[in-house]
Amino acid sequence: MSVQVELHNHFPNFSLDMDFTLERGVLGLLGPSGCGKSMTLRCISGVERPGMGKIILEGRVLLDTRKHICLPPQRRRVGHLFQSYALFPNMTVEQNLLCGIGRKHPQREQKLAALLDQFQLTPLRQLRPAQLSGGQQQRCALARCLGAEPELLLLDEPFSALDAHLRTLLQLQLQEHLTQFRRPSILVTHDRDEAYLLCDQIAVMDRGRVLLLGEKEEVFRHPGSPTAARLTGCKNVVPALSAGPHSVFVPGWGVTLTTAEPVPEGLSHIGVRAHDFLPVSAPGENCIPLSGGRVTEYPFEWNALLDTHGGALLHWKVSKTHLEGQTRPQVPAFLHISPEKLLLLTE
Amino acid sequence: MFDWYPLYNSIRIALFATVIVFFTGIFCACYVVRLPRWLKGLLDVVLTLPLVLPPTVVGYFLLLLLGNRRPLGLFLARCGVKFVMNWPGGVLAAAVVAFPLMYRTARGAFESFDETLAWSGRTLGLSDLYIFWRIQMPACRQGILAGTVLAFARALGEYGATSMLIGYTPGRTATISTTVYQLWRTNDEAGAFRWVLLNLLISAAVLTAVNLLERRERRGRA
Repeated sequence: MSVQVELHNHFPNFSLDMDFTLERGVLGLLGPSGCGKSMTLRCISGVERPGMGKIILEGRVLLDTRKHICLPPQRRRVGHLFQSYALFPNMTVEQNLLCGIGRKHPQREQKLAALLDQFQLTPLRQLRPAQLSGGQQQRCALARCLGAEPELLLLDEPFSALDAHLRTLLQLQLQEHLTQFRRPSILVTHDRDEAYLLCDQIAVMDRGRVLLLGEKEEVFRHPGSPTAARLTGCKNVVPALSAGPHSVFVPGWGVTLTTAEPVPEGLSHIGVRAHDFLPVSAPGENCIPLSGGRVTEYPFEWNALLDTHGGALLHWKVSKTHLEGQTRPQVPAFLHISPEKLLLLTE
Repeated sequence: MFDWYPLYNSIRIALFATVIVFFTGIFCACYVVRLPRWLKGLLDVVLTLPLVLPPTVVGYFLLLLLGNRRPLGLFLARCGVKFVMNWPGGVLAAAVVAFPLMYRTARGAFESFDETLAWSGRTLGLSDLYIFWRIQMPACRQGILAGTVLAFARALGEYGATSMLIGYTPGRTATISTTVYQLWRTNDEAGAFRWVLLNLLISAAVLTAVNLLERRERRGRA
């Protein structure tokens, strides 16, 4: 089982250059809006035709511009869950699902019953999409996609149309459905939490290309480049210079820090996640001296923008549960960062 | 004995014209929506022209094309088809004048159609024909219905192009609107008033039917 994707599409002020292979599981395309994530999905399902490219799914050639092969979407067997769900408004839930299963399917009635049951849609079978809640619409759209028995499932920002408080539960439900699907899926999102929860591998994208692709834990632990670090949610990305095999100098903060990993050649930045600092009162190794700053309150955490001796700001976040009893955290004299938590980045 | 022929002829002409305009209007709308911008603008002007031209000018052009001494007119006459001074000419005149109304409303409906629905249908394996008839047409039903009714109403009331092309022959080419003019011209005010009244009744009935249809539609969706 595998999907091989190579796409090149050039526009006056944007170009898409994608090249990746997915063996199994869920791949997340993580990146800011306008980076070409959705366009990649549209090219794979056949909605859009790239200038150049090659897509091979389970050994079947879906697209090969050099050989002038371009299968229509109907023959690709690729399920595409659109951001808006695209349910047919003039049909009931049941009729929508039958469009996916196919009118000529020999066991359509049994299959329909099984799908309705699996996605808890049986009581809603006679309703029209406009009468469903956002979550129910999502279930219906996913059931319709899977009814067509695709060999690859594409999910385009499946939660963007839903209220924040519904997301957590629906994300867990989607996770279950994806596990049962047992075939490769590609999920597009700009939400790193969503990517981490639902995906096995993550491809960090920026301006039409993949910066980094790997197992999700690895991508978050070793983002590699400053852009990828920022896209995975690292709040502190500052220029740094190599100062020894296990030591870096950070001019912006005015400190030299010890690293657990060897400093790579061509190091340009270091990254520190805002939650990874610990407040300390006395100087020591890997302690960054502070000279004041601003603390703002969020429902469940404190957010601090602190001044350092080097002049660059430092972003620190601390959960309220870690500071029980304290009404408002004081700006500490020093923040400590453990050597294992330093992200070493090269441009 | 009251002569009902103009009523029969008007409705016959309007119905035939509506059927023609329904299919050609939808076809052209579908086709134009997919064209590149500049071509779209050009075709749009050509296809909408009969709406803004005086109907007599449309009639003039039709005579120019189909007149008894024109090549096309001669050819059609040899095939046994006669438009000038014959009721099928009224169908043609009414269709040309009513066409832009159908075309423009249908095009508006197709333009506001969410293409994602069509694409998601294709990824599910549905044929383009099925998508057009079962997804796109129902989604655009309101606009298409409105266009059809407008075209029918316009065809029913057509005067200018009709009188140019088929004139007024009682019992052969007379329609309601040409009859009203003819009776008024010959000082039969009472006769003209009767036809005016009948015309008002038909128009009111058509509009009421449309309103009822729309209300049922809304209730069905809610």
